[in-house]
Formats: sequence, structure tokens, C-alpha cells
Amino acid sequence: MKKLILATATAVALAAACPALADQPKQGGAAVVTFNNDLTTLDPHVGYDWQNWSVIKSIFDGLMDYKPGTTELEPDLAESYTVSDDGLTYTFKLRPGVKFHNGRAMTAADVKWSLEHAVNPATQSPGGGYLSAIAGYDDVVGGKSAELSGITTPDDGTVVITLSRPDATFLHIMAINFAYVIPKEEVEKAGADWGKKPVGTGAFKFVEWVPGQRIVLERNKDYYKANTPYLDKLTFEFGLDPTVAVLKLKNGEVDIVGDGIPPAQFAEAMADPANKDLIARGDQLHTGYVTMNVNTPPLDNVKVRQAINMAINKDRIVKIINNRAVPANQALPPAMPGYNPDNKGYAYDPEGAKKLLAEAGVGDGFTTELYVMNVDPNPRIAQAIQQDLAAIGINVEIKSLAQAEVIAAGGSGKAPMIWSGGMAWIADFPDPNNFYYGILGCDGAVEGGWNWSKYCNKALDDRGHAADAMVKDDQQAERIALWKGIFDDVLKDAPWAPVFNEIRFTYHSARLGGDDALYTDPIHIPVNYDYIYAKDAQ
Amino acid sequence: MLIYLAKRLGASVVILLGVTVVTFCLTFLMPADPVAMIAGRNSTAETRELIRKQLGLDRPLIVQYTSYVTRLAQGDFGRSYARKTDVGDLIWSRLPATLLLMLGAIVAELLIGIPAGIYAATRRGKVSDKTMMTLSFVGVSAPQFVVGLSLLYVFAYMLGWLPLGGYGTFAHLILPALTLGIAGGGWYSRMMRSSMVDVLRQDYVRTARAKGVPEWRVVMKHALRNAILPIIAMIGLDIGIFMSGVVVVESVFGWPGIGQLMWQAIQAVDIPIIMGVTTVAAAFIIAGNLLADLTTPLVDPRIRLR
Repeated sequence: MKKLILATATAVALAAACPALADQPKQGGAAVVTFNNDLTTLDPHVGYDWQNWSVIKSIFDGLMDYKPGTTELEPDLAESYTVSDDGLTYTFKLRPGVKFHNGRAMTAADVKWSLEHAVNPATQSPGGGYLSAIAGYDDVVGGKSAELSGITTPDDGTVVITLSRPDATFLHIMAINFAYVIPKEEVEKAGADWGKKPVGTGAFKFVEWVPGQRIVLERNKDYYKANTPYLDKLTFEFGLDPTVAVLKLKNGEVDIVGDGIPPAQFAEAMADPANKDLIARGDQLHTGYVTMNVNTPPLDNVKVRQAINMAINKDRIVKIINNRAVPANQALPPAMPGYNPDNKGYAYDPEGAKKLLAEAGVGDGFTTELYVMNVDPNPRIAQAIQQDLAAIGINVEIKSLAQAEVIAAGGSGKAPMIWSGGMAWIADFPDPNNFYYGILGCDGAVEGGWNWSKYCNKALDDRGHAADAMVKDDQQAERIALWKGIFDDVLKDAPWAPVFNEIRFTYHSARLGGDDALYTDPIHIPVNYDYIYAKDAQ
Repeated sequence: MLIYLAKRLGASVVILLGVTVVTFCLTFLMPADPVAMIAGRNSTAETRELIRKQLGLDRPLIVQYTSYVTRLAQGDFGRSYARKTDVGDLIWSRLPATLLLMLGAIVAELLIGIPAGIYAATRRGKVSDKTMMTLSFVGVSAPQFVVGLSLLYVFAYMLGWLPLGGYGTFAHLILPALTLGIAGGGWYSRMMRSSMVDVLRQDYVRTARAKGVPEWRVVMKHALRNAILPIIAMIGLDIGIFMSGVVVVESVFGWPGIGQLMWQAIQAVDIPIIMGVTTVAAAFIIAGNLLADLTTPLVDPRIRLR
């Protein structure tokens, strides 16, 4: 689906533009990206927010990656790989001649050490758990061993990873930041400052970080992919309010508003004909939803939760946010494998919702609370939901709080309902599995977990595990079908009311070129810096 | 004088300690969990427990506080949860920018407030006086976010005279300093006006006028020297006021000071940074108040410190 969109977009671009665009862009030029917040860290095993996520991807590499602008896996630092028949042993042949930015050749030992570094409790990696399928994981986490027994390196160019259980998402996991390869000597030299002095194998080399002001990267001339990246220099400027960043872009001082177009300026920016080719539009692996705590009466009654699903007017909410999303009918976003185009979800039907409430014995309505992050447009969305639910007799009090407080209320199970906006799930990797365990499965339905509905359906969990044990290529269609069934059943139990799937709009200067898909990359969120190019260098 | 200073410094340490106690307790009363923020959305319960242990957050509050203050006394602010780097480094590298902005703001508010106050005082009761005082009221009340954005839009974007935010040159300083200075200038113009009105009623001013001294000379030479005294004594207090104002202004203009650092730390529940910045800011407020108290007798010998 995703691939198709990209292919069509490229074809249209090629048909419309001059033939020169068909050639690969020339290297050169520079770009300036703004972010309101300074980055927290560039340590790939620690950084986990949408500002640093993609910057880290440009400095470091993993064994696997995705084709630019798509969700299609391809080998990266690995040149090729094989999977054993039982799905437990992965053998990666490393690409020869890959060098770290300090000039040293990257070897199999680096891959092993890096994965161990990510799992080591001292690293405090938020993503270490993703590597839990590797044999020996428990011993490293428990402090019994510093080495993962499941990783062996027969020679400098081969890494063999043995898993303790089959994991169909393992190749995706080898492509996320937490599995990126880092040079031991630089990590040890930098000590606690490693996150400020990153050294990787990636397309861009780190130059400087002036706290609160800017980070500068330059093109890695030794990057293993020929003629990549296109830009010579990439500067991230911090501290500017996005409103000001938009003015700076119009003035030609910056090239990309990293935070996106502020809601208050969105309509104006979209209406300006000068911006026609400057605002890239693309789907994200994102769903905005309302969680309903299945342990809180009367939300513990499935009919009440279904009624809430039917009462929310999604089209109106999409209009409130200037059509920066499409209405959602299920938990998975349309670009995600396992999305069921035949499942239309709950249609907007306030009368039907009232009937369901009556059947559930709360026909006279009830009072509940909706938690929401206090940053525009989320409180406005919460008010729309409040009005919709008032129409079927549910009296909703809005609790508009700071992000961390909403997350804490969700984790503790204190919040009856939460609007997920501002904290919502954007997938770490494009697999339905990533949309389930943490936010809908039993693993997340614990104190401090991110399953804010506290919905725990053991039977569905088991079906998920069974699906994830199907690792062979010829089983993949069947596996995705299983996940499709799991998500269809989740929707019947209605722990969530899916509301919309966000569309990303990235505002960039006329000096920059590259397909829209690169400016709204579903993996390199928000922008794939490696493949955008400067028109003044052409 | 020395005894007074010693007493005040001793009191300052106690106050600072009190600030750390209150801030420490408040960060724990905050209904938010730093571990959940670090661990992120796909973490397992084990990962979260592990991180909690690593950070020492599983220990009793009193133990955590004691170890924090002990390290603080040795100049160690601890490590940031989200950035993993030394909080002291983060603060010291950003403090100069905040101090520069405060200095600029003080200059701006004096340049606005004193002439405006003098002008209004000499035209007391007239339309120009009332206009001036209305303007000062607007200046004091306008939200700094709006003032900052408006100044940026007009002077940086439309006219292109000054840079659109950022840090580095004198030109970068003008608009943020002015944004903070407009509010302060509003206060100062009102204070300057009333102080000047009082002084202009004094006998020695009447004598000067009777001698035939020109009016501008009466105001600027004879009256100003006395009228400005209470203003000077107020400057130290501004440091405290600006410590809160910089948070907003720094985030509008992209000024890399401690306000910006604080703002981000609050979002991430990065307690070591919140504690560190609060302590340093409190130290500056205390120092500012002390400065105000110490300068008062210097400019007005009638007041003596005990």
C-alpha cells in the first residue's frame, strides 16, 4: 500500500517535472532544521523522542533499515542474512569496508558489544526490552553476565544471533535505534557524555553541539552508500517557538520547521499558493484514540464502550484540527500491515448509542472523567468528545493536565478515559505487533504500563504469540491475517474508541528538494535527512 | 556592617536549604513518574523497576534528599535523567546567556522607565501624563508571550531590522531584552513619576526655582538626584522578577538560557535539572535582595543597616 503511494507519487513527479529530476541529485548544499526543544541525547540506545529519533538514524546504522520513505525492510550494515528453519538462528553477513566516523573498521565484535550495551541495565535503555528474544537476555539484565550468550561471531564479518523464542519481528528490531552499532572505544572514552559526542557509521558525521542553540552534522565522506547523503551540512537550531520558525522559513533563514506547522497558522499556510510545493503531506503509522478503563464501572460494560465509540463524531473532530487527519475506524493505521480495509468500525450513530446505554442499564447517563494533555489542539478535541457524549447523556469532566501527569494517571489506572493526543502511539517499527503488546496487551496492563484501558485478553495475547512464532517468509501472509483477526476482535471488545489517523505536514523551503515521502517518512520521523537535497547545489 | 552582612549570609544559606526541601518535596508530590517518562511506551515492568533502582528512586524520600543535599554541598548537582549528563555543566553553560539577558532587560527598563516617569511627573495631570501612565499600565499587564511575538513580527519579520530570534550578537539581545524591559519599564515609570512628584514639592526645589534656575535644570539636576534613589534600590529585586520572566521569553526567542532548560526539564520530569535550576535561581534571587538592601544605604545615607 505504502509502496504503491510512493511509486505513484514518484511517477507523477517525474511526469510533471523536467527529465533532469530522474537523475540522482548532486551532493552539496546545506539545510537548517528548527526544533523548539534542544535534543536530550544522541545516544541511540537511550534517545526515544520524535526529535532525536531521526537525527540518530542519520548518524548511526543498524544491521537492517528500510527503503527511504517506505516501510519496506532491507539489509543495511548486514549485506545479507539467513534464518534457520526453526526461526531461532539469524546469521548476518556484514557489509565489508564499513567504517566508523573515527576511521576504524566496523566488525562483528562491534555488533555483539552494541547489542549487549543496549541490554545492560547500566545503559538505562528504554528499548532494551525489544531485544528480550535474544538468548542470554535474562542473565545480562539480571547482572549475572555482561555478554549475551546468544550472540557469536565466527569471524569479523559474521554475526550469528540465537533467539530463545521465535520472533517474527526480529528483523524490524534489528532496524530500530536501540540495536544500532556503536564503537566501544568511543563510548568508553566519552563516559557519561557519550550522548553528546556520538560516533557512528551513518550518513552524517557529528561536528558540534552548542547546548540550547544548535547541533551541526556534516556529510560522512566515507559513507558506504555511494553518493549518499546529498547534503554537505545539516544544522539543527533549537529554542525557537514554531510560530517564529515559520516566519524564519518565510524569510529564507531556515529550511524545515521540525515541530510542524503550529495549529494557529495551519489554515493560513495551507491557503497560501506560494506554499503549494513546500508543504509535504504523508501518512504516519499513528492512531489517536480514547482509552476506556475496563475496570471502571460503568465502562467495564462492553456495551457502554461500544456506545461511546458510536457517539463520537469523528468527522467533526477531523474538521476541528483543520483536516490534519483522517477518521479512524480501527486501532491500526491504514499504512500498517494487518489493517483491515473491510472493517468499517463503529459508524456515528447517537441513537444506536443511546439504545446500547439503555441495554447496559445506564440509560439515564452517568458522569465520568476524560484526561487530556493540555497542549493545543488536544483540549479542543476533548471538548468535542465531551459534547458528543453529552448528547447521549454521558456527563464528561475534562482533566486537562501536563503530559507527564496524564501518562501517570493512565499508568496507575486512575483515569477512566484518556484522549491519547500528544502522547499517542506512533509505531517504532511497521508491524502490527508493535501496536499491540504495550498498549492493548496484558504486558502493558500493569501499574505504570502504557495500556491505559487496562484491557487484558489472555486469549488474544496467546494468538499474538502464536502469530509471532511464524517466521518463515511463506508464512507471512498467514501471520498478518492472524493479526488482522486479533485487531478485529479487539475492536469488538472496544477498549478504545479510535478517532483519527494523523497526517503529517512538513513545511520546507523552496531550496530543498526530494519526494514528499522523504519529508513525512513513516520510519525516519519526521524527515529522512539522508535523501533530501539542496536545489542550489544541482 | 560586617556583622549585618554575616547575619544576612547565614540567613541566605538557611533560606536556600529551605528552597531545596520544598522543591524536592514538590517534585515528589507531582502526579507524574520520571521512570515512566524515561522508559517510554513499550517498556516492560522489569525495565521500569530496573531504571527506578538505577536512579535510586526506590529509596525512601528522606534518604534521597540527604544524599542529594550532601552532594549539592560539594557542588555536585547530579545527573540528568533524560540527558544522562552532569546537571552542573548544563546550568553553568547556560547561565551566562540568562545573566546577559537580565542585564539587557535592566538597561532596557531603566531607559524606558526613567525618562517616561520624569516626563509624566513634569506634566502632572495633563493629557500627556495620563497617556504615559495608561501606556505604562498596558506595558506592565501585557503577556510577555504576546509582546515578544509582536515585536518579532514587526521589527524582525516585517521590517527586517533585527534577527528573528537566536543568540550571539548585540542585535539578538535587543528584542528579548525589550520584551522583559517593557513590563519593568512600566513599573519604573510609575515609581519614577511618584518619586519625582514628591521631590518637586520639596522646599529646596522651590528655592532653586526662586533663584531662577531654569526648569530643565531643576528637574534634571536638583530633583533627579534625589528622586532616582528609590529606583536604584529596586534594581536588585528585579533579578528575582526576571528569573521567572526569562522562562517565557527565552522560549519565544530561542535564547539558550536556564529558563529554556527548566521548561524542557519540567515536561520530562527531569528532577535533577528542576532541582538544580531552582536552587541556582533561588540563589540569585536571594543575592538580588541582599544587593538591594546593601545598596539602599549607599544611595541614601539616611537609612542605616543594623
